[in-house]
This record gives sequence, C-alpha cells and structure tokens, in this order.
Amino acid sequence: MIPDACRSGFETRPSPDPMTYNIELPFSARFVTPPPNPFADDSSDVSMIPGARAEFLAGVQAEMPLLLGIVPFGLIFGVLGLAAGLPAWAVMSMSVIVLGGSSQIVFVQLWGVAAPFSVIGATVGIVNLRHLLYSADMAPYLSALPWRWKCVLSYLLTDEAYMVAVRRFRDGSVTAFRHWYLLGTGLTLWTGWVISTIVGVFVGRAIPDSWSLEFSIALTFIALLVLSVRRKSEICAALASGAAALALQSLPHKLWILAAAAIGMVVGLLVHRWWDEK
Amino acid sequence: MRVDILLLMIVCGALTFLLRFSFIAGARFLPQSPALRHLLRYVPPTVLAALIAPEILMQNDALSLEPGNIRLWAALVALAAAYWTRHVLATIAAGMVALWLLQALVG
Repeated sequence: MIPDACRSGFETRPSPDPMTYNIELPFSARFVTPPPNPFADDSSDVSMIPGARAEFLAGVQAEMPLLLGIVPFGLIFGVLGLAAGLPAWAVMSMSVIVLGGSSQIVFVQLWGVAAPFSVIGATVGIVNLRHLLYSADMAPYLSALPWRWKCVLSYLLTDEAYMVAVRRFRDGSVTAFRHWYLLGTGLTLWTGWVISTIVGVFVGRAIPDSWSLEFSIALTFIALLVLSVRRKSEICAALASGAAALALQSLPHKLWILAAAAIGMVVGLLVHRWWDEK
Repeated sequence: MRVDILLLMIVCGALTFLLRFSFIAGARFLPQSPALRHLLRYVPPTVLAALIAPEILMQNDALSLEPGNIRLWAALVALAAAYWTRHVLATIAAGMVALWLLQALVG
C-alpha cells in the first residue's frame, strides 16, 4: 500500500539526500531505511520510497505508546454512548465522523440530557476550537502539499496526533517526506480510537467503574505535557494556562479551554522576553 | 436507523474538520510574523495544561486541593514518572497503578 500511495503526487518534489537525513529516528526505524543504492537514478520515484516509509513508521512508533491511554478512553466512550441512549451504530460511527474524544464525550452527555441539536452542534464546535491553534501551528509545515494531503492530514489532526508530530516538525530536519510522520501518528491514533470504541460498545459494560479507566486520558496528556516543556517560559505558560482553566470554569460550553490557552501563550511569550533571553 | 442522529454527527464532524483544516487550507492568510510563530510554540503546553488541570483538581464542580483527592496524588506520581523516564508508557502505567493503589488504600 505504501509504495503505490507515495508514488502519487511527488513527481515534482526534490529527492531526499540520504546524507541530510539526520533526524533522531527511533531505533527500529533506522533499519527500514536501506543504504543508498549507487546505481539508482536519484530522480526516480523509487529512490523516494524509503524516506516516506521511514517517516511513516517513525510516526507510528512514536504514537504507539499513547494507545495505552487512548484505548481505555475509547472503551469508556463506547459505554457512555450506549448509556446516553444512542444506538450502537451511531456510537461506533461517531468515532470515524467526528474523531475527537473530548467533543464526542460532550456530544453523548448532551444527548443523554436531551439537549436540542443546535446546542449539541454548537458545543462540539466550541470544544474543538483549540484545533484552530493546531491548524495554525502546522500550516507552514504543510503548505507545499497537494490538497488531498491537506484534507487527509487535517482530518487526522487530533490532539494526540498533533502533540506527537509537532515535535518532529519543529526539531527534526526539513525533509520532503516529513508529512508522512504526521500520517503515521494520525492513522495510529485513528485506528486505536475507532477499534477501542467498537470494542467498548460490545464488551465495555463488563468493565467495572472502580477501574477508573477514564483517568487514562488525563495521564496521557500529562506525559505529553512533560515532553512538550523544556524552557522556563514553557513551564510558566503551562502553569498560567492550568490556573486560568480552573479560574474560568464558569465560562459556558468549555470556552475556558481556548481562553486559558490564550492566556498561557501570552504569559509564555512575556516570560520568554524577560527571562529566557537573559 | 435514525437519520437525524446521522445528520447531527455529520454536522459535528464537518465543523471539527473545518476547524482543523482552517489554517492548513488558508496558510497564506496567516501573518508570516516571527512573533506569531513564537506564540504558537506554546500551543502544546498551554492546551494540555488547560485540559489536565480541571481533570485532576476539580471534584463535583468544585476546586479540590485536599489530601483526600487521590487523582491529584496519582497525577503527581505520573508527573514524576514522566519527568524521570521521559516515557509515555511508563507515565500512564505509573499513574494508573498509583490511582488503583490509592483507591484500595482509601477505600
């Protein structure tokens, strides 16, 4: 599947120079990049395949550990969806159609209390407003891609896929195939989320409440938070955002997520000006 | 099969997609300023902190900083595990085990 897919749309892209391919790949990913073939024509499509495949597999490998936190959350979502009175087909297909854990939880909670459709739609939209920030952050890295790539990667731009992939885009080298890394994180997350939702619909009721599996998503975010913070300004931004999120809980429709993030981002910028640079 | 549920889900899915597609589709409308790029560096830590803080510090819609809030303790264990191991699997496992142990101890 990968070789065919990556032939399309790259005829005009520069072929990657193996010597510039120096990002820190996971150990196993180094072995899927074959040594440069001295007889290969550098302009041929075939020479581009290893780069795309290595990026994709590196993305998959980076995302895999998160599934320990995502899968229990998917199981819980399956249970909550049925408990709210949604039919099984709707719960399962929602994970494909909406593909956003926290907004799907909000959807079923509102469905359970028979909220009007307009309220459900508006709330899902507001809960997902933070994805505007992910889109703005990723836009420069993806701007040269064909539209079909932009559509697929936008669909897959979930919290967890973005949080893992953005580190590679920021800190890794600029290669012609790095968008395959985001495809790898996105598809891995998608697969884990959809399958765990389906399993949750069928057997989720057997899970005792006392296991508190819903906590696994907070733990996943804690791991991502620690990995995303390096400078003092980033620590201050996170602390300010967390405090603001608590203080702004009275804002309706979970608008506090975006408000708190905005406050934290400005605090981070100010702290960086006054502290990091000194 | 109720068509209204399907339509509602498609509207929600389309909204979510459009939010994710917005600046990726309209990158040229995004100002090319270094200040904006710098500001966006703080998206991952701030959004994650905003999502986590209420999850571990709120109980029944009220701020809970008491020692009896076992989610807070489990989160601190996960924070320490993440800091020392820099590993996602270890963080989630440590936090879940801590939560279960505390639940068993406190009852």
